[in-house]
Amino acid sequence: MLPEIGLGLLWLAAALAGLQLLAGGLSLSANGGGMAGIVRPVAIVQGILAAAALGILIWLFVQTDLSVKLVAENSHSAKPLMYKIAGTWGNHEGSMLLWVTVMGLGGAFVAAVERRLPEPTMMATLAGQAFVSLGFYAFLLFASNPFARLYPAPEDGNGLNPLLQDPGLAFHPPTLYLGYVGLSIAFSFAIGALITRQVGPDFARAMRPWVLGAWIFLTVGITAGSYWAYYVLGWGGWWFWDPVENASLMPWLAATALLHSCSVLAARNALRAWTVMLGVVAFSMSMVGTFLVRSGILTSVHAFAVDPRRGGFILALLAIYIGGALLLFALRAATVTEGERFAIISREGALVFNNVMLSSILGITLIGTLYPLFTEAMGTKVSVGPPYFTPVSAMFAVPMFVVLLFGPMLRWRRDKFSRVSGVLALPLVVALIAGGWAFGAGVRHVLPLLGLALGPALVVASVLPLRGRSVLRAPLSLWGMVIAHAGIGVALFGMASDSAFTVEKLVAAKVGEVQQVGPWSIRLAEVAPIAGPNWTAMEGVLKARYDGGAEVTLRPQSRTFWAPLQTNAVSALKGRWNGQLYTVLGDETVSDKGESRWQLRLWWKPYVPLIWIGGLLVALGGGLALLSRVAQDLKRRLARAKGGHRRDEVAALVKTDAAKGDAA
Amino acid sequence: MIRALLAALALMMAAPVWADDSMPPAPWAYRQLPDPAQEAKAKALMETLRCLVCQSQSIADSDASIAGDMRSQVRERIAAGEDPEAIRAWLIQRYGDYVSYEPRVSAATWPLFAAPLLLVALAAFLLRKRFTSGTETEA
Repeated sequence: MLPEIGLGLLWLAAALAGLQLLAGGLSLSANGGGMAGIVRPVAIVQGILAAAALGILIWLFVQTDLSVKLVAENSHSAKPLMYKIAGTWGNHEGSMLLWVTVMGLGGAFVAAVERRLPEPTMMATLAGQAFVSLGFYAFLLFASNPFARLYPAPEDGNGLNPLLQDPGLAFHPPTLYLGYVGLSIAFSFAIGALITRQVGPDFARAMRPWVLGAWIFLTVGITAGSYWAYYVLGWGGWWFWDPVENASLMPWLAATALLHSCSVLAARNALRAWTVMLGVVAFSMSMVGTFLVRSGILTSVHAFAVDPRRGGFILALLAIYIGGALLLFALRAATVTEGERFAIISREGALVFNNVMLSSILGITLIGTLYPLFTEAMGTKVSVGPPYFTPVSAMFAVPMFVVLLFGPMLRWRRDKFSRVSGVLALPLVVALIAGGWAFGAGVRHVLPLLGLALGPALVVASVLPLRGRSVLRAPLSLWGMVIAHAGIGVALFGMASDSAFTVEKLVAAKVGEVQQVGPWSIRLAEVAPIAGPNWTAMEGVLKARYDGGAEVTLRPQSRTFWAPLQTNAVSALKGRWNGQLYTVLGDETVSDKGESRWQLRLWWKPYVPLIWIGGLLVALGGGLALLSRVAQDLKRRLARAKGGHRRDEVAALVKTDAAKGDAA
Repeated sequence: MIRALLAALALMMAAPVWADDSMPPAPWAYRQLPDPAQEAKAKALMETLRCLVCQSQSIADSDASIAGDMRSQVRERIAAGEDPEAIRAWLIQRYGDYVSYEPRVSAATWPLFAAPLLLVALAAFLLRKRFTSGTETEA
């Protein structure tokens, strides 16, 4: 019964999305004003219904209701509760339901709290949100029904891919989806503003907190995903320019550019059309990414043919939304003038440079990700990977980082480079020292050298906008910018360190033997069997000393899951202030003489955790900026409410005075 | 006579199979080359070669057995003094362009390399257009 109720809720939510689109659209017409009242409540109920449907699906996974096809295919009764819950979105249908839920709740949230936009723009925005949601509802209901039944119900489920049975699954997809779908709000805002032709500083100020929120979730989601890949795959890779990774990077790049152009629009009423365009592009990238990943097309074009209905649906939706939005943009862009002018050496100039570079990296990533699909359709299979993406994106990223050294110190409208060149000496000296140190340490490749030199320089330069200010009285949003930019420098240093300094040791070790990797000496003390809820494992006990210091214990495992049957290495990590020791236990080999050896993979990765610390700093900076925006907005609302209250009081007084006068 | 010959022939043809069975299949799959410089070369090459049965992984970070075989072959050839790019070319000849993550400029792939240059030109054009008319004022 429950699955049918879930499906019913989904249909209802879809119907409400239709109503929201209709009512929102009608309210824009001359005599449709009466419809405006229902749009907000409908949006809120739509979000709640979608969330209820997701709640039911989660419950079905928790109960392991095997009569539901999705549960039978992706879950197992012996799985720990956490993975039963998180497994709900560890598959195609469930993740699409999570997507529409987040999108519905996002729309509901906007409907409930956003009061800055002019009412017509707001109605157009909510209608736009409903329009996008409708496509996703249709995709779910017609091509990816998560509540489909299975008869007869099997004895037990197929289980979840062991690689996904990790706390990362509970955290990473929902965070990323909040980011992806949060950008749908920016998309709808852009559509709404295009329809009503109201693009200006007020629009930017209203949109900025939503973009910031989505961007923070994207940043956290990507950072978490990168760390997850790093430890779970057992090879220490943190970024591979994999299509799935690119799918999350592209919306982030667009959102980052949008965030910066939004601040130009808000402060200076410039870059109007460009900002609206980025609003459209950012969410388009989310859709392209998610759909390409979800359809399976990226691993092989043939997955498209496996379920032609899904593939066709995806293409149609992409064409309607992205094509439609771009068409609207083309029709209206002429009426949205570019706005105020500015000189090349100015805060706006630096931000435009940032935008052009970010967009170029986005373009490269998009082309590199889609190109293999294109050639495969033409009959040749090629691979595009790190050797292409890394240098080509660096071509744009490095100039951007150089401009970041001084850009935030420039004044709006017009400035002189000579005003900041003196202060710039400090980060440049830092860059020289860091680069010299890295060269001395034997780093010879250009990109790692550049990263190691620029990273610390960026950290120093990011703090410079605070000079001459009282640190305590500097606005929170300034602190946000400082911390986010410092985070970029920190992460860059970590990335460069990985390729510059990592020490690797692959060895077949006897129990009791000591291995040396970098400054660590590591003894394989014993290997013993151990059991978990749905797996058994061999666990290695490693006693490690850093440079003859205190002994620490690491316990890497080789885990065998029985549903589905699969063996995975579970790495064990030990962090220090200056890096991380990464250990993996492999297979046992027994020689002819009966001598047993265990395969060990050991890495010493100096400064590598800075990658994710930097990522989190970037997100923290975004969080502070968001906090300051929200606080400002609340203060303004409070002041207006107070003002309104006072006006009412005055009006009441005047009235009573007048009444008294009349009585007298 | 002819039967004996055929039997001998069959034995000869089967012999390599036996030999394969008694040998460890990929001696260098999980072992590093003793010379650190050679190992670094091998590692750099392995990171840019695709594991053909995995979902976007290089052979340097995959547990699949074919990845292990390929690692072993790469290390053996590097140890024998072969140039990494020659090994890449050999692998491409064997498995097709798909095996290399480093696309070559060819009739099928030139747009990949034209794109960044085009983007640079476009960026320069946009920035120029934006700033050369910076003196005029406009609402």
